[in-house]
Amino acid sequence: MNTNLRRAVVAAAVAALGLPALAACGGSGDKGSAGAGGGKTVTLVSHDSFLVSDSVLKEFTKQTGYTVKVVKGGDAGQAVNQAILSKSHPQGDVFFGVDNTLLSRAFDNDLFTPYEAKGLDRVPKDVQADAARHRVTPVDSGDICVNYDRAYFADHKLAPPQSFDDLIKPEYKNLLVTENSATSSPGLAFQLATIAKYGEDNWQDYWKKLKANDVEVVNGWEQAYNERFSGSAGGKKAKGDKPLVVSYASSPPAEVVGVNPLPKESPTGVATGTCFRQIEFAGLLKGAKNTEGGKALIDFMLGKAFQEDMPLQMYVNPVNEDAKLPEVFTKYGAKIADSQTLAPEKIAKNRDQWVKAWSSIVLK
Amino acid sequence: MALPLAFFAVFFAYPVASIVSRGLKDGGQWRFGRIGEVITDPHIGHVLWFTTWQAAASTALTLACGLPGAYVFARFDFPGKRLLRAVVTVPFVLPTVVAGSAFLALLGHGGLLDELWGVRLDTTVWAILLAHVFFNYAVVVRTVGGLWAQLDPRQEEAARVLGAGRLAAWWRVTLPALGPAVAAAGLMVFLFTFTSFGVVQILGGPRYATLEVEIYQQTAQLLDLPTAAVLTLVQFAAVGVLLAVHARTVRRREATLRLVDAARTARRPQGAGQWALLASVLVFITLLILLPLAVLVLRSFDGPDGYGLAFYRALASAGDNGGTFVVAPLETIGNSLAYGLAATAIAVVVGGLAAAALTRREGRLVRGFDALLMLPLGTSAVTVGFGFLIALDEPPLDLRTSWILVPLAQALVGVPFVVRTMLPVLRAVDARLREAAAVLGASPLRAWREVDLPLVGRALGVAAGFAFAVSLGEFGATVFIARPDSPTLPVAVARLLGRPGELNYGQAMALSTILMLVCAAALLVLERVRTDRTGEF
Repeated sequence: MNTNLRRAVVAAAVAALGLPALAACGGSGDKGSAGAGGGKTVTLVSHDSFLVSDSVLKEFTKQTGYTVKVVKGGDAGQAVNQAILSKSHPQGDVFFGVDNTLLSRAFDNDLFTPYEAKGLDRVPKDVQADAARHRVTPVDSGDICVNYDRAYFADHKLAPPQSFDDLIKPEYKNLLVTENSATSSPGLAFQLATIAKYGEDNWQDYWKKLKANDVEVVNGWEQAYNERFSGSAGGKKAKGDKPLVVSYASSPPAEVVGVNPLPKESPTGVATGTCFRQIEFAGLLKGAKNTEGGKALIDFMLGKAFQEDMPLQMYVNPVNEDAKLPEVFTKYGAKIADSQTLAPEKIAKNRDQWVKAWSSIVLK
Repeated sequence: MALPLAFFAVFFAYPVASIVSRGLKDGGQWRFGRIGEVITDPHIGHVLWFTTWQAAASTALTLACGLPGAYVFARFDFPGKRLLRAVVTVPFVLPTVVAGSAFLALLGHGGLLDELWGVRLDTTVWAILLAHVFFNYAVVVRTVGGLWAQLDPRQEEAARVLGAGRLAAWWRVTLPALGPAVAAAGLMVFLFTFTSFGVVQILGGPRYATLEVEIYQQTAQLLDLPTAAVLTLVQFAAVGVLLAVHARTVRRREATLRLVDAARTARRPQGAGQWALLASVLVFITLLILLPLAVLVLRSFDGPDGYGLAFYRALASAGDNGGTFVVAPLETIGNSLAYGLAATAIAVVVGGLAAAALTRREGRLVRGFDALLMLPLGTSAVTVGFGFLIALDEPPLDLRTSWILVPLAQALVGVPFVVRTMLPVLRAVDARLREAAAVLGASPLRAWREVDLPLVGRALGVAAGFAFAVSLGEFGATVFIARPDSPTLPVAVARLLGRPGELNYGQAMALSTILMLVCAAALLVLERVRTDRTGEF
């Protein structure tokens, strides 16, 4: 016992006071940074939802000799904030995951070094938000839309809603659950969609009507989708009773992934007239240690291999026009023609005030 | 005392001070005017009031529910006691997202209460209070029960022989002896509920916000660091007041006690009254704790083709969700255990040394140190997480991507538990025993080993168990610093829940079930270790 105790004390003393040395060892012995072919490491900083297949990363290493190390921190908003806070000592070379609702904040804090990625010519102009300066490169796009539970509307012989105007009709009273704009990014996106649709002067009236139509608000997407929505796998088990939920256009295909045999259609559908377009960007971090590797990685993220891997990993759409969507997306997904969108500067300028106004209408 | 002090200075005070000063400085100038603006905001006042009263109510409710439980676990012998004591601790480690969801199955739409009586408590303050009892029940049962089991029952019996009624004997003899432990448990529950985040977000809905929720939103969502910094200071001030009150009440009550082997104090319940008490505690545990847990387990087996192991099989393969975790979700168990053990080792050593130092020395400085050790419980995880990020970013302390940061952050929350569990017992050890050992020629270390250690072995076990459970369940700070190639169990659960689809949802439930099992198993092992030790005297 005596020796054990002494050992424990020594170990803890080392742990608490000798950390720098220890950490240095940990760093150099890190499996992730030891390149397969002896090449260098390029570090990608992103949010928690970032995913990529191992085989695609290996492909990158094969093409360029760089090994990718991924650092994730929290959700999209947190990750951007962390990147801003650690600006003087960036955690990596490339940041991925700043979307159009957060883009202005990243620009205001001068986070990125401009770089014009190769392959931008295959990316539609309307998603290139910073085409003049190339501080960021668009990588994927996705839509936040109202999803509906097909079974509910079939059982009740009711046509599912298709537009914002439908949602305030009496036949859809007490059916929609959405997320708190102050705490949830899909919640905020849905609010922004209504602002884009009805204009800065009238969106509040719309929400008053929505509130009168008994819209329910919860704090997070997980609760809305997995607990309250009646159409999702989780919601069915949790006895959710809301057949309408604010979620993603890619949620219906996601509901059938892994289901065997594949059903004829997804249990959920998308109200295509209720969408907000979200675009995610990547940028070369200022102060990056491996600028060349970072540039190569951004180029690679626009390439076909990465772009075709994204849909099933992150449930987003490619921006490269040559990339093909997986079958489960084309078969079970909806084509969104006219998504709402707002300029990033406008969002940055009004966001706080809009969220406050929204809270006082909806949460009171 | 030097080691714990260094630990707190480097891994708590420095990061938190960095983030707070970043918020309060503007172009090199301190902006204290901001403090006034934020504090006088009526919305913040409202939030502060709600935070305080719900924490007070939760603490009172948890103590009221937990004390009978502590008594039953300390004084009665019944089959499955050890297992049950481990199980009631399980909620403590569950990610609130998961536990909140299970709780909704009890209180929410279509839940048990709804089906029986048509009562829905979700989005009411009752849901928050009950969930706080659910999460913190074990704190009371283990902290108070640990000491209670070692109180010599003969003292109470003596009072009875001398003519005191059952209640009077308890009130006059047992309760004063338990005082410090009850106060310690109450303090921890209060701190936990004061900084409650997930429970309030999930069960309370958007209409309820605690200070912690507000700090989180200001820091993580709005990047309004000045406001967040002021709120952090407000939280510190509130916690400071609480600690001062606690220190005053405890100091008046603490006394050396006669401690005996726990195994000798417990016996089978006798008479209708004791059986009824045991039964009612068991019913309470079943309804409030076992039922929600059972819902989770049930959902983890409820696969697409009826009940089965489909989700567990999916967990074992990294294939389908390829990059989700880089590794198969099952491997997160190994990560969690490794981090948990490292965090427990750090917490026990740092906390043990701190508790030993606090027992020996008196004085203002020492009491201040005692309070300092509790502060991490009253600090927002997002403050600590972001603080690490901006403070530990330069050599020689560039630890941002080092694995050690995870157990360190977890140990920060574990240390207060170790200190609070050890202190009442250490202070109860009669100093004359040590003096006698010293007179007989024992060195201070030997005296500690021969006198203190056998007596506090049990408390050490409880403390280690807590530290381990806390580090297993820690989510707030871990999520910021867990490296993607080695996520912990709760982080993996949160990632799975963040993705739509039956397979992801089912895997989240299955992984939560595994988390419960790992926690219960680890606690059972720890309990076994500690009974072996206390058997020595």
